[in-house]
Parts: sequence; C-alpha cells; structure tokens
Amino acid sequence: MAQASYRELSLNGLWKNNPAIVQLLGLCPLLAVTGSVVNAIGLASATTLVLICSNSSVSLVRNIVSDAIRLPVFVMIIAAAVTCIEMLMQAFTYELYQILGIFLPLITTNCVILGRADAFACKNSLAPAAYDGFIMGAGFGVILVLLGALRELLGTGALFANMDLLFGPAAASWKVVVISDYQPFLLAILPPGAFIFTGLIIAGKNLVDMNIKRRQDALKEKPVKGSKRVRVTGHIS
Amino acid sequence: MALMRITSPHAHGPMSTTRVMQSVLLATVPGILVLTHFFGYGTLVNIVWGAMLALLFESAALRLRGRPVSFYLKDYSAVVTATLLCIALPPYAPWWLIVVGIASAILIAKHLYGGLGYNPFNPAMVGYVVLLISFPVQMTAWSPPRGAGELHGLVAALEACFTPGNFDGVTMATPLDLLKQNNALLMEDLWQQTPLFGRWAGLGWEWANIAFLAGGLWLLYQRIFTWHAPAAMLASLGLMAALFYDGGSSASGGSPLFHWLSGATMLGAFFIVTDPVTSAVSLRGKLIYGALIGVLVYLIRAWGNYPDALAFAVLIMNFAAPFIDHYTQPTTYGHRDEGSK
Repeated sequence: MAQASYRELSLNGLWKNNPAIVQLLGLCPLLAVTGSVVNAIGLASATTLVLICSNSSVSLVRNIVSDAIRLPVFVMIIAAAVTCIEMLMQAFTYELYQILGIFLPLITTNCVILGRADAFACKNSLAPAAYDGFIMGAGFGVILVLLGALRELLGTGALFANMDLLFGPAAASWKVVVISDYQPFLLAILPPGAFIFTGLIIAGKNLVDMNIKRRQDALKEKPVKGSKRVRVTGHIS
Repeated sequence: MALMRITSPHAHGPMSTTRVMQSVLLATVPGILVLTHFFGYGTLVNIVWGAMLALLFESAALRLRGRPVSFYLKDYSAVVTATLLCIALPPYAPWWLIVVGIASAILIAKHLYGGLGYNPFNPAMVGYVVLLISFPVQMTAWSPPRGAGELHGLVAALEACFTPGNFDGVTMATPLDLLKQNNALLMEDLWQQTPLFGRWAGLGWEWANIAFLAGGLWLLYQRIFTWHAPAAMLASLGLMAALFYDGGSSASGGSPLFHWLSGATMLGAFFIVTDPVTSAVSLRGKLIYGALIGVLVYLIRAWGNYPDALAFAVLIMNFAAPFIDHYTQPTTYGHRDEGSK
C-alpha cells in the first residue's frame, strides 16, 4: 500500500471516510452517550487517545506479528490502552467516569479502533499510523460533539452544562442558556433522539456531497451538439 | 403506440383517496362535538390549528421532495392525520405542543418514509407518542369535564393555545389514570369519591366513545373498511377485561364496558386500527392484528406506566403487520396451500 499523504488522511478521517457518519462504526457509544456536550467530549477524547495509542503500537509491532495471530494481538493492545485511559479518567474526572460508565471499557469493542488497526496501522509506519489514529478520532469526535450539542440544545434549551466534570471547577460557569423558559424536549435526550439526529446529520452530509458533485459536473466540458464523436461515426443528437 | 394491456378484473373502484379521507373526517364530527360539549372549545382550537400546520408542513415536504403539491394536498390525508392527533391531545394544549406533534407526524412519520401509502407507522400515533414521552406533564393534563368543573369559553381556549403563559386553567387526571392510582379502593368508593366518573366510565368520555363508535359504524356501513380489525380489537380488549375483572375492586382493572368506553378505545378501534396503510392486509391478518392490539391495550393500561395505551399498542403492531401478512397470505384460487398437503 502506498504511503498516503497527510492531506488525504485528514480529508478521509474528517469527511470522506468519517468513521461515524460514513463508515457508521462505533454507533453504540455514538448513540448512547451523546445526550450532552460534556459526555460527548469526554468519550471523544478517550476514544481519540485510545486510537492514537493503539495505532502507534500496532504500527510498531506490525513486522513481528504474524498474520495468523494479528487480531488477538491487536485486541490486547487496544484493551491495554483502554484500561490505561479508563484509570486516568477514574483518577482525574471521576464524575464523568461514572456517567460514561460501561461505555468506557466498551471502547475496546468500538469497531473504529480495530478497523483502523487492521486496515491502516498494520500496513504503515509509525508517523502516518499515529496521525491516522488522531484524525479518525477527531472525525468521530466532531460528530459526537455535534450530536451532543444538538441534543442538549433541543433537549434542555441550554449548552455546555456540567462542563466542570471535565475541565475543573472554573468551567462550571460555561453553561449557556440559549432559550430561557424552555420546555425540556425529552425525546431529543432519549435514545430515539440519537437515531433521528444521527440520520439528519448523515442526510446533511449527503446533501453537501451532492451539491459538490453537481458543481463539479457542471464544470466539466459538455459536448457541443452536432460535434463529431471521436472514432465513432454519426452525430450527437 | 403501445396497446394498454390490463388483466382482469376490469371493475372500477369508486373509492378515491380523497373520498375515503373525507368520509373519515365526516365520521369524526359527532365525536368532536361531544368532546367540545364536555371539555369546551379546546379540542376545536387544537384541530383547527393542527390542520393548518399539517397543510403547511405537508406542502413544504412535498415541495422539498419535488412532488405535485396541490394534488396531494387535495387528498385530505394531512388533515385527517392532524384531526386524529388533535382529538387525542388534551384540550387547551399550548400551540408549540401541537407544532411538535404535527411536525413529527407529517415530516418524520410520513414524508421521511416516502409519503402517503409508504409509511410503516401510523403518523398520528407517532406524533402522539413523541409528545407523550417528551412532554408527559402537558400530555396528561386534561381539563375537567362539564359537570365536574367550569368550562372555558372560546376566547379562553384561544388564549390557552396561543399565550399559554397567561392561561389559568384547572387540570385533572383522566378516569383511566384515577383507576390506576386508586388501587386500594372498591370500584363503588372510587365512583363516589370523585365526580369524574359517569354512568359506565369517565364522565364525558363515555359519550365521546359512543359518538366515535357511531361514526365508526357509519364508516363501516359506507364500506370504508371491513369489520375484522375493529371487532377483533374490541373483542379481545373486552375478553382481557372480563378475565381480570373481579366485579368490585379497582385493582382488578375495570369492567369490559369501562374499557370499551374509556380513553381512546373507540377512536382507536375505528379510526386508527383500520388505517389501510399500516395494518395487516388479509382478512385473517386483520383479525390477528386487531386482536393483538386489544390485548396490548389492556396489558399496558393495567400494568404499564402510562394511563392509556392505544398509541403504543398500535405502533407495536405496526411493526408486526408485515410479519402477520407474511404468515396469513391467502392461497390464490386454484393453488394448493403449501402448508397442508
């Protein structure tokens, strides 16, 4: 596999091959913990850290691990990384650790991570592998935070509540009440809201893609009516 | 030019979508009048506001999807959805509640799935359930019926809808809710304790249900639908109630008559369960579909967390309708049933 350029890696991770809305991987945490921005940021950063660690380690050992046992080895590497992150969160952001609960250890089973390890890291050298882990995590995180913000805003009428769980006591005042006197729209925070809003985000991405394609098609030269085809007799009608 | 090749039967169905929808609308009139008589103008305000919103959302969705707008608006299906949803909403609901409900019904439940005829779930019930789980406080606040509290005039009803902050109204639990909350009492004591109960079921509710029954029977006479689904639903609901009711204590869940004339039973049986798009297709399938809705309604009413159950029961069975169809496909004439050789 040819070494991909960093530009291409970035475009892939953030847009063209976004793990959350194109590959649709890791949907379980995506749907389950995006009820608020703080949860989304917490899980997104944890996932990104795990992705960087696992991609780097897999890339380092890629030449000494045989094909037959590569998947168990990858899973153990990922599990070790997840355990470290989980303990870090338990030590420094205990409340968030409790809120995220089972979804932290479950990062191990997030398909994005094993997918990147097997599809990219085990075929590339350290630097691109680590960068791929970072940018895939970022692509996943952007969607997570966007979804969290949408659901928190519609569900409670405010944004950035409880940010002190992640950023220390000073962040307690970051909460922005966008609409005062708002009736909580529970559906947005409940699981169905996650499905509906994920669908809408995917639809939005497809809409942008369609517009880009239409613009590119419009730029292409169109054959002039009546002009002769190359190597084909007859006329274009 | 190609010749038109159409196989038999060559009979022409005189029922257009528009006519069916108009008949359904007409059949809801007695029920709406009874609701207005007992609960004031709130229901009427809901329906008018809801129908306007439904037409607005419908035309917006049709324009976005590039469909002919006036052709589909004229089939009245959006108005029927709005009417059925708004009948089920508490009177004096605030305007935004109806906006959210109609938007979920028309945009999400109907047009995201491909519009009229393609929706797997009943749009009105989706709108209702979205509201019920999102705004439980507003959705369970019914105004007291005539005879148990004062009624509001038209101006007050409009005020309640469009300036909900200024409206000062009394709300009460519904009879089904009361039955659920007062488990320790005998039925007679419960009846005497509050003025909310009437002759057979809730005050006002029993007549609304009878009015919807009348409208439904008229639709049946007009052959808008067959008797199978509503009859099976009412029969199984009555059977469940008869099985569990011990004749006196309210913990045993009320008599069959109480359940037939409470909540959304008749509206559901004749206007929701009979929806041709979301129900099972074959006659045998309709019997199964209706009967299971009746069972589910009773189960959720008796042991669920919500006082009335029709919307949940219908949505669950909407899921199951294709499955029922798969197993109840009638054998075509001349073919042998593969199951019984």
